[in-house]
Amino acid sequence: MKFKTFAAFVGPSIFLMLLFIAAPLASVFVQSFQSTQPVLERVEVETCTPGFPTQTCTTEVKTRPLLDASGKIQTTTEWVGLESYANVLQLDRVGQALADGAPGRILTIDFWKALRFTLTLTLVTLPLVIGLGLALALAVNNATKRLRGQIIFVSLLPFIITPVIGALSIRWLFIGDGIMTAALEGWLDRDISMFAQGWTIELLMNFYRVWHVAPFAFVILYAGLQTVNQDTLESAIIDGASRFERLRYVIVPHLMPLIVFIALIHLMDCYRAFEEVVGFSSQAHRITLQWLTFDLLTPDDSGNRSISRASASAMLTMIGIVILLVPLLRRTWRDHRGA
Amino acid sequence: MNLKAIALGLTVSLMSSGAYAACAFENDVPISSLSAGFEAWKSVTDAMAECGNFEAELDQEFRTKQPAAFAANPSLYDIGGVSNGTVTPLLNEGTIRPLDDLIAAHAPDIPDNLKIKIDGQTMAIAMMINTQHMMYRKDVLDEVGLSAPTTWEEVLTASAAIQEADLVDYPLGATMKSGWNLAQEFVNMYSGYGGAFYNDDSTPSVNNDAGVQALEMMKALTAYMDPEYLVSDSTYVQQQFQQGKIAMANLWASRGGAMDDEAESQVVGKVYAAAAPYATAGQPPATTMWWDGMVIAKNISDAEAEAAIKLIAEGLDTEMVTAANDDAIWLVEGYKPSRLAEGAIATVTADPAPASYPSTSQMGLMHTALGNELPAFFTGERDAAATLAAVEAAYITSAKEAGILN
Repeated sequence: MKFKTFAAFVGPSIFLMLLFIAAPLASVFVQSFQSTQPVLERVEVETCTPGFPTQTCTTEVKTRPLLDASGKIQTTTEWVGLESYANVLQLDRVGQALADGAPGRILTIDFWKALRFTLTLTLVTLPLVIGLGLALALAVNNATKRLRGQIIFVSLLPFIITPVIGALSIRWLFIGDGIMTAALEGWLDRDISMFAQGWTIELLMNFYRVWHVAPFAFVILYAGLQTVNQDTLESAIIDGASRFERLRYVIVPHLMPLIVFIALIHLMDCYRAFEEVVGFSSQAHRITLQWLTFDLLTPDDSGNRSISRASASAMLTMIGIVILLVPLLRRTWRDHRGA
Repeated sequence: MNLKAIALGLTVSLMSSGAYAACAFENDVPISSLSAGFEAWKSVTDAMAECGNFEAELDQEFRTKQPAAFAANPSLYDIGGVSNGTVTPLLNEGTIRPLDDLIAAHAPDIPDNLKIKIDGQTMAIAMMINTQHMMYRKDVLDEVGLSAPTTWEEVLTASAAIQEADLVDYPLGATMKSGWNLAQEFVNMYSGYGGAFYNDDSTPSVNNDAGVQALEMMKALTAYMDPEYLVSDSTYVQQQFQQGKIAMANLWASRGGAMDDEAESQVVGKVYAAAAPYATAGQPPATTMWWDGMVIAKNISDAEAEAAIKLIAEGLDTEMVTAANDDAIWLVEGYKPSRLAEGAIATVTADPAPASYPSTSQMGLMHTALGNELPAFFTGERDAAATLAAVEAAYITSAKEAGILN
């Protein structure tokens, strides 16, 4: 292909990627080292509010921002170095907890609490997603041709459902006296509250993640199964390989690049888990890194928002993803060069 | 047959809306509003819509959308529904306009009591008051031979008696969903113990005896609640009441009307309301006062502002209140307090009366810090003093970032 043709095809998408991915990333990177504050004044304000039967007026000193000539809030921006990162990581409290011999206290700090949960969610669901996806793919591959279409359609449903809706529907099955809780209570003959303690919510969140992502692994692996070399399989059968040995020595090695691909996507996706926290309203017990960023960015009733800390938290999330992906990327790179 | 029935239904609904459309003027300027989504707002915006060309957006997430929407030029909405807790960013950013001239020229009938005045200028028009007060099942309390509790200690006693008698699933309900709701419960209880949230120099001041007492009391109360209380918001508590699962709750007055809604409630006529309980003698009831009202954006044309004030006057007339009497504790003329409003009125007229929710930048930060740090106390990860220390630390971090503390 001529370079000109190539550029014409790729140009628009590179432009969009620069505009919507690279530029925001650069701006968040810069903001994580800056602090923008309004210029504040302290003034005495008289406020009159309705009462019974007449108004009550109170005078108090309020802190409010100064407005400039065009009616916008005056702000000052300074470079604060790594201060926002320090505020997110709270390494002094981590050190204190370690010095006191109570490492459990580290998990009461938002960032570390979120990191702990995000990592376990990611790493626990990864083998389950791949295992379940592979099992589904093998089952469908061995099913009679007439049923395959229907089975594929049904298995794909969880993947098609909007994530938040999927999380909410699982929550509704279990919250309060939901159908599933009521059924479990009847079966086990004891009172069950799935949303009263952290570990049960965590269990549900892990279940939701596997339920939602396994179909993705299934589709990819099912496609991969169609390309397995039938001659190799037949020779394995003639050599007396059992079903399991065929899977272990023929099929899985053939699918390995796809499994690595699924693992890559899953790690990236799961590390920025967010829907679970919203869907299960698990803030009191379990939070994820992405939710932490969102929470810092949400303005409170007086309009304050922590943009610097949110930027720092977002950058830390990105660094985390990169670290997680390094081993897999190195493997792919090695394979690539080997080929 | 079916078609005929549908046609009949359509005609009736058209006729009724025609009869309902009793507006003093015809509005020809397109006006939009953004407000919270509870019943009272629905009634008011419906009344305003009768004048035509009016579009209301009812959204419980209005508090996060409003500041940015009003800062746009032209503003994305003409009218904003606010409460004393959410009007601060609009005032701070100067995105709403003073209303005195508009009221004098186009809506002279709006009573003085409804005008929210900041430094002498009317910045908002109030329509209702709201407060958290004690709602209880009279039949259940009668059964155990108790009257409505007036202190939180009595709430504990009554809860124990109700649990003993096994009359409902859980004696108590509470809006303790982690985040804003839980923080608000603490704000109520802590105010009841006479605590202040921050000092004159904006440093935090919640790590004290009153704070510990408030947390210990809240923890004691949770023993009588559904164990999933950390995910329970106002709607959830309202439903627990309606389904007869709980017997008492310190709940928003604006939720009272739903108890007698025959379409939803199984406890019609059984729920009564009393003043918010006292936490300790000599202090006001453990609650805060709120008002809800309307503001007009600054970044809109004068013609739009004129139409907006006329619509507001139309929405807050006696006709609307008569039709939706039980939806709120209205401040509008013509309101007749019902059985379920007695509690809120008793709360407001208590001596000393509970303070208005202090809407300041500091309080916004404190509320967020409370909402994020308190759950660890209720899940048992931290004790009361450590939790309050963590609240203060979180407040200081964000106050420094916001430039309020140096």
